[in-house]
Amino acid sequence: MTDAVMRTALPAKKPNIYVEAFKEASVTAVLVFLLSVYMVGLQTQASQGQPLSFTTRFADVFWACILVPCGRYLIALDRQGLHLPALIGGIVSFVYLFGVGTFGLAGSLAYDTFPHPFDEPMVNIIFGLGGIYIFGAAYHGTRTRRHGGLTIDQREAKEQRSASWARRMSGILGPMLVGVAVVIPVFMPFSPWSGATRQVVETLVLILTYVMLGWGLNIVVGLAGLLDLGYVAFYAVGAYTYAKLSTELGLNFWECLPLAGILAASFGVMLGFPVLRLRGDYLAIVTLGFGEMIRIVLINWQDFTGGPNGIGSIPKIDFFGLPFERKAPPGEDTFASFFGLDFSTSHRVFFLYYVILVLALITNFVTIRLRRLPIGRAWEALREDETACRALGINPTNTKLTAFAIGAMFAGFAGSFFASRQGFVSPESFVFIESAQILAIVVLGGMGSQVGVALAAILLIGLPEVMRELSLYRMLFYGMCMVLIMLLRPRGLLAHREPTIQLKKRGYSR
Amino acid sequence: MSAAAATSVALPDDTLLTVEHLTMRFGGLVAVEEVTFEAKRRQITGVIGPNGAGKTTLFNCITGFYKPTTGRLSLHRDDGPPLLLEQMDGYLIGQKARVARTFQNIRLFPGMSALENLMVAQHNKLMRASGFTFLGLIGMPGYRRAEAEAKEKAVRWLERLGMVNLADDPAGSLPYGAQRRLEIARAMCTDPVLLCLDEPAAGLNPRESAELNHLLLEIRDQIGIGILLIEHDMSVVMGISDHIVVLDYGRKIADGTPTEIQRDPAVIRAYLGEEEKDDR
Ligand SMILES: Nc1ncnc2c1ncn2[C@@H]1O[C@H](COP(=O)(O)OP(=O)(O)O)[C@@H](O)[C@H]1O
Ligand SMILES: [Mg+2]
Repeated sequence: MTDAVMRTALPAKKPNIYVEAFKEASVTAVLVFLLSVYMVGLQTQASQGQPLSFTTRFADVFWACILVPCGRYLIALDRQGLHLPALIGGIVSFVYLFGVGTFGLAGSLAYDTFPHPFDEPMVNIIFGLGGIYIFGAAYHGTRTRRHGGLTIDQREAKEQRSASWARRMSGILGPMLVGVAVVIPVFMPFSPWSGATRQVVETLVLILTYVMLGWGLNIVVGLAGLLDLGYVAFYAVGAYTYAKLSTELGLNFWECLPLAGILAASFGVMLGFPVLRLRGDYLAIVTLGFGEMIRIVLINWQDFTGGPNGIGSIPKIDFFGLPFERKAPPGEDTFASFFGLDFSTSHRVFFLYYVILVLALITNFVTIRLRRLPIGRAWEALREDETACRALGINPTNTKLTAFAIGAMFAGFAGSFFASRQGFVSPESFVFIESAQILAIVVLGGMGSQVGVALAAILLIGLPEVMRELSLYRMLFYGMCMVLIMLLRPRGLLAHREPTIQLKKRGYSR
Repeated sequence: MSAAAATSVALPDDTLLTVEHLTMRFGGLVAVEEVTFEAKRRQITGVIGPNGAGKTTLFNCITGFYKPTTGRLSLHRDDGPPLLLEQMDGYLIGQKARVARTFQNIRLFPGMSALENLMVAQHNKLMRASGFTFLGLIGMPGYRRAEAEAKEKAVRWLERLGMVNLADDPAGSLPYGAQRRLEIARAMCTDPVLLCLDEPAAGLNPRESAELNHLLLEIRDQIGIGILLIEHDMSVVMGISDHIVVLDYGRKIADGTPTEIQRDPAVIRAYLGEEEKDDR
C-alpha cells in the first residue's frame, strides 16, 4: 500500500530500486534453478557390475538458488547507485565462504564446526570468490561515482599508470621466475614437499611446455597480430615428426628436434601462404579449419599415423646417448651407471624439466631478439596498420609468413618434446581446445608481454593441476579466473609494450 | 576540356612520372577519367580540385592501392627503362619504384614510438643489412652499424621537424600537427624519388601550414626529388607549386603554372561552383 501512495504522490519518480532489484534477482533464481537442477542436482554414478544410478544433490541446488540471486540483488542495487549493501555483503560472504572453504581444503576439523552451504570445500571457495567480485564491482562503482566518469585524458593516464606498473612488475618478476625455475628441482628435496618432488616437477614440465607454446604463439598473435586458432596443428606436426622419425628411422631426440622444427615451419608456410591475405576474423576461421584438418588427417591416415590409436612406444629422451634405464644392454652405460648414481625414475623427469626449460628460454630469447630486428618491427607495424606498411614497401605476405613459420617452428620443437616425454602420440592430444588454451594464455598474459604469458601459463595450467582432486569444479574455477583477469586487467595480466629502440634511455627505478 | 599545355619546356630527362589516359572506374562511377599529366624531378606538382574530384583515387592508382581500369603510369629512372607502375604490386611501388606517400587521414603506427615509425620506414634497407634476419639474430657488426645509421637518419629527420623530444613517445599520442610531420618524415625515410602527399596541410593552423610549405621547398631544393602534392585549398598550393594539375569530377580541367591556373576560366568556374555548394 505504501508503494501505491508513493506512486501517486511522486508520479515522476523512477520505480522503486528495491523492487526492481528484487525482480532481477527472481529472474536469476529461476535461471539458476533451471540450469542447476539437472546438472548439479543429479549426479550419475557408474560403478562396476551395477546399472547406472544417480545420487541427488538438491541441497547444493537449493543453496545455489539462494546465494546467486542474493548476489544478483546486491549487484542490481549497486548499479542503481546503492553501493554499501554490495560492499558489505560482498566482503562478508567472501571472508566467510572463502575461509570455510580453505579450512575444508586443508582438511581441518573446523570445517565441520562452521555451517557451510556446500559439502565440497572448493564450491564454497568459488562462491566466496563471487563475493569478492561483488565487492570489487561496488568498490569500483563508488570510485567512479566520486570522481565522475573518466575523461579521455584521465583514461589515458590510467592506462599509462597500468602499463608502467606492468613494466615494473615484468622487470622484477622476469628474472625472479627464471631464477626460481632454475633452482626449483634442486631445492625440492629439501622442502617440506619433498615427498611430492616428482609430481611437482612433472607439473612444472607441463607448465613450461605451455609457456613455450604461449611464447611461440605470442609471435604470431601478439607481435604480428594474426589471430591463429589452429596453432596446435604445428604442435602435432612436431610430435608426429618425432614419433615417426624415432620409431622408424631410429633417430634420437636431438636429431629429431631440428627436423621437427623445420617441418613444422614448412607446414606454417604451406598453410599460411593461401590464408594470410585474409584479415582478422576470416583468418581466424580459416586457421581454425586448418588446425582441424591436420587432426582429421592424423585420424584417417591409418597407415602412416596409426589413426585414432596413434603411435606408441616412442623412444624416450636420453641423456646425449645415455639412456635413463635401470639396466643397459651389455657393454653400454646408462645415465645412472655412467655417473655412478643409483637408478631413479626421477632422473629422467629432472632432465626433461631442464630440457624444456632451456627450450622455452631459447624461445623467449629469440623472440626478444627478433622484436628488435627489422622483421620484428615490421610484424608490429603490420599489426598496427597493414596499409601503411604496404605504402612503405614492406611485403605484407612475406612478413606474415615469417611470423607464421617461426611461431610454427617453436610449436614443432615443443611437439617433439611432448612426444618424447609421453612416449605416445595420438590425435586426441591436438584438439581445438588446446589451441584455445594456448591462445587464452597469450591473451590473458597480455599480448606481446613475455613475462605475462609465463604467468598466465602458470595460472591456467598450474592451478587445474594443483586442484586435480576437485575434478569438475576446477573447470568452474578456471573459468572464473579467466573472467576475473579479464575484468580486472582487460588487456592482460602484464600488458605493456617496450619500444624496440630508444633515443633516450628510460631511467625508471626498480 | 580546356587544353592547358605546360608552357615550361623541360628537358626530357627531367620527367619523373608520366600519367597517360588514366581511368579508374568503381562500378558505374568514374572517379578518374582520361587523366594525362607529367611530374618532374626537383619540382612540386600540385594536384588540386574540389572534394570528390578524384585526387585521392589518382594517388591510390599511382601508389598501387588501386589497379587503374585503363591507362599507363610510367616512372622514369636514370638507369634502365621506365617502370610501369600500373603493373606492379602495391608494396613493390614503395620498394622498387621508390614512390612514397602519406595519407589524407594519417596512418601512422600509433602504438609504436615516433622513432620506431621511422625505423620501420627503412625496413627494406635494414632487412638486407640483417641478412634477412639471420645475421642480425647472431648480432653481426655489419647489421649493428646499419641500424645505428638508420637511427641516425631517423633522428636527423626528427631534429629537422623539431620533434626529437617526442622521439620515444607513441606516435598515436602525438599532437595532430606532429603526426602529420612524422608521416612525411616516415615517407622520406624510405629514400623516395617521388613523394606523394595527400592533403598534408589539412587540419594544420596557419603557422604549421607555413612551416610545412617551407619544409616541402627544402625537400625539393636540397634533396631534389619530385613531389606530388594534393591540396583541396587552392591558396596553399599556389605559393609553392611549380606546376599545377586541376581535377574536377575525375577529369583534368587545367594544367599549368600557378599564374596560368589562377586565370583559367574553367578552374574559376569549378571553384566558384564549389563555393556555392559549400554555402548551402
Ligand atoms: N574504393 C572506392 N569505391 C567506390 N568509390 C570510390 C572509392 N574511392 C573513391 N571513390 C569515389 O571516387 C570519387 C573520388 O573520390 P576521391 O578520390 O577520394 O576524391 P578527392 O580525394 O578528390 O576528394 C568519389 O566520388 C568517391 O566516392
Ligand atoms: Mg581525398
